[in-house]
Amino acid sequence: MQRSGSQKQQNYMFGNGTVTRGLTMKTIDLAVQSVTDLNRELHAQADKLNEKDWFVENPKGQHNIAVGLDEEISVDIKGPTGYYAAGMNKKATVTIHGNAGQGVAENMMSGKVHVTGNASQCAGATAHGGLLVIDGDAGARCGISMKGIDIVVKGSIGHMSCFMGQAGNLVVCGDAGETLGDSLYEVHIYVKGSVDSLGADCIEKEMRQEHIDELQGLLDAAGVDDEPSLFKRYGSARQLYNFQVDNASAY
Amino acid sequence: MSNNDKKYENGLRESATFDRKTIDDIQRAADTGIYDIRGFGAKRKVPHFDDLLFLGASMSRYPLEGYREKCNTKVTLGTRFAKNPIELDIPVTIAGMSFGALSANAKEALGRGASIAGTSTTTGDGGMTPEERGQSKNLVYQYLPSRYGMNPDDLRKADAIEIVLGQGAKPGGGGMLLGQKVTERVAGMRTLPIGVDQRSACRHPDWTGPDDLAIKILELREITDWKVPIYIKVGATRTYYDVKLAVKAGADVIVVDGMQGGTAATQEVFIEHVGIPTLAAIPQAVQALKEMGMHRKVQLIVSGGIRNGADIAKCMALGADAVAIGTAALVALGCNDPKWEEEYNKIGSAAGFYDDYQDGKDPAGISTQDPELSKRMDPVAGGRRLANFLSVLTMEAQTLARACGKSDLRNLEPEDLVALTIEASAMARVPLAGTSWIPGQTGF
Ligand SMILES: Cc1cc2nc3c(=O)[nH]c(=O)nc-3n(C[C@H](O)[C@H](O)[C@H](O)COP(=O)(O)O)c2cc1C
Repeated sequence: MQRSGSQKQQNYMFGNGTVTRGLTMKTIDLAVQSVTDLNRELHAQADKLNEKDWFVENPKGQHNIAVGLDEEISVDIKGPTGYYAAGMNKKATVTIHGNAGQGVAENMMSGKVHVTGNASQCAGATAHGGLLVIDGDAGARCGISMKGIDIVVKGSIGHMSCFMGQAGNLVVCGDAGETLGDSLYEVHIYVKGSVDSLGADCIEKEMRQEHIDELQGLLDAAGVDDEPSLFKRYGSARQLYNFQVDNASAY
Repeated sequence: MSNNDKKYENGLRESATFDRKTIDDIQRAADTGIYDIRGFGAKRKVPHFDDLLFLGASMSRYPLEGYREKCNTKVTLGTRFAKNPIELDIPVTIAGMSFGALSANAKEALGRGASIAGTSTTTGDGGMTPEERGQSKNLVYQYLPSRYGMNPDDLRKADAIEIVLGQGAKPGGGGMLLGQKVTERVAGMRTLPIGVDQRSACRHPDWTGPDDLAIKILELREITDWKVPIYIKVGATRTYYDVKLAVKAGADVIVVDGMQGGTAATQEVFIEHVGIPTLAAIPQAVQALKEMGMHRKVQLIVSGGIRNGADIAKCMALGADAVAIGTAALVALGCNDPKWEEEYNKIGSAAGFYDDYQDGKDPAGISTQDPELSKRMDPVAGGRRLANFLSVLTMEAQTLARACGKSDLRNLEPEDLVALTIEASAMARVPLAGTSWIPGQTGF
């Protein structure tokens, strides 16, 4: 595939129909331009979309790459990223070809973020929507305070994952570390391998057909060829939702 | 003769250690099995601005005409990195108080009042409502550990971002909103089940120390294209170090909230026993800024127990660039108004004592989510009252500044102040009145 500064004519879906537009494909080399330059150009797409496919060369673990995107563009980052790559993403599809640092896709609203390597801690933290797929392992606190995102980790996840998770789904094809789902609200957690320990108020729950279907959909979306029935489901016992006292009016 | 005095006449003696409040606390704990949670700020007496006095001008200093000569009150916040700093007509801002803790009408009233007065207001733990965005000329968007309702659209609508590390009422503690206030709308904004006793996180989920925070701040700047100022809010504890680290992490503005600062719901033991008084925090913050060559470059906002123009003038004299008010703004809207005395009595309180913000039954319609009670809070009239109050605060502060010969509130200086008590003198680092002694700084 031709990259640097190249242009090509391509078909894209706009609303209900396919139209042909002269959209270009653009490469930004972070060895030459700054992350701020990159983000500014990507943000400009939300005002006026003129480039749909973006390539980022030489990310070299820099922080805050492709944050705050707000348009249906695709961004391919050719190498490892530092903290908060694709943070607060909306609509865009971001692929990190390598490992991702702390807080990848934090607070994502929609769109898709795909990490082909491993992700550091706090992957998908507080995210409200969209899909985060991690081909390798994720570190501690994966999905901490998640608020609606779907996270699929093909490997294993670290300790304290999904702490105070509020909504969304966390799928782990490998194992989960200690204190999974501590103080959980309404996230559905699916783990195929072992769980070192469950956090406060997190319990194993029955896998009903609706969960099999939900999980199948998530595995399909992430391109994982796994059997849903091999997974166990974990969720909140809902015992910490309210202070337990005899005299509630005296709070 | 009061009931109490009568008891004393009869030879009864109340224990200073086990006073009636203490006895009541113990019995309440035994009755309920849970600690007391309430709103408002610390109620115990701590060294405060009342312990300071201004030295007006006379022979050695030259006063300004009280009514005629200019005394500037304008202040610009966020000049360090932001493309669009916030310009305020008065140095009194409205502190972050969440929709959820407060009714939508109260939030709207705060926005209206602040806009009339030419100052900013702040969201809170729970996201931005259209009511307050619509009515606030300058709206500061809080970025809290819970991240409830946090989204990039609102982030880009904000005029500034305030990263909350802590609150004076509970440094080291997270937000709290009891189930009776977690209504459908509040729960929806926070992605929580309706009616849960929400206890939010006290640590940010995706960064831990100041080095991480520096990267987090850069992320927020990138997302907002470096346009808006980024504040860091800390509860006053190790203020000297916290301020240094906040500057290093890249803050445009630092908000220091003293231990008297208000809250919507916190354990009483936390409110009363954690943090240092506002008075003690300001000199620490200013020292840190000065040592880094950042005083006035990174602006300092001080809050916690600010009630009148004198408090504001004293904050400014100690080196603050602006102040923030929470409780006083609610009182201006009508909180604790004696006209609701009967209703306060019905819920076991009284006008002037009401602190059960956590309960959501506020007769004044301010700290509630009850639609009927909320209707009592007329946002237009409330906004007007708040604007009046802000205007009085400003005029009072100007009066004192002019008397000290200052043509700008920020020209007030520690040299204009003396302290009434040794404690206040040591904390505020101004001399005990009539002496040149500052405990801990100068020899007696
Ligand atoms: C009802 C109420 C709700 C509050 N909610 C928040 C909040 O959501 N976030 C926050 O940082 N501080 C919150 N605070 C603290 C204020 O922002 C501010 O620090 C404090 O009120 C200042 O002290 P003062 O009340 O003595 O003026 C709240 C305070 C009150 C009274």
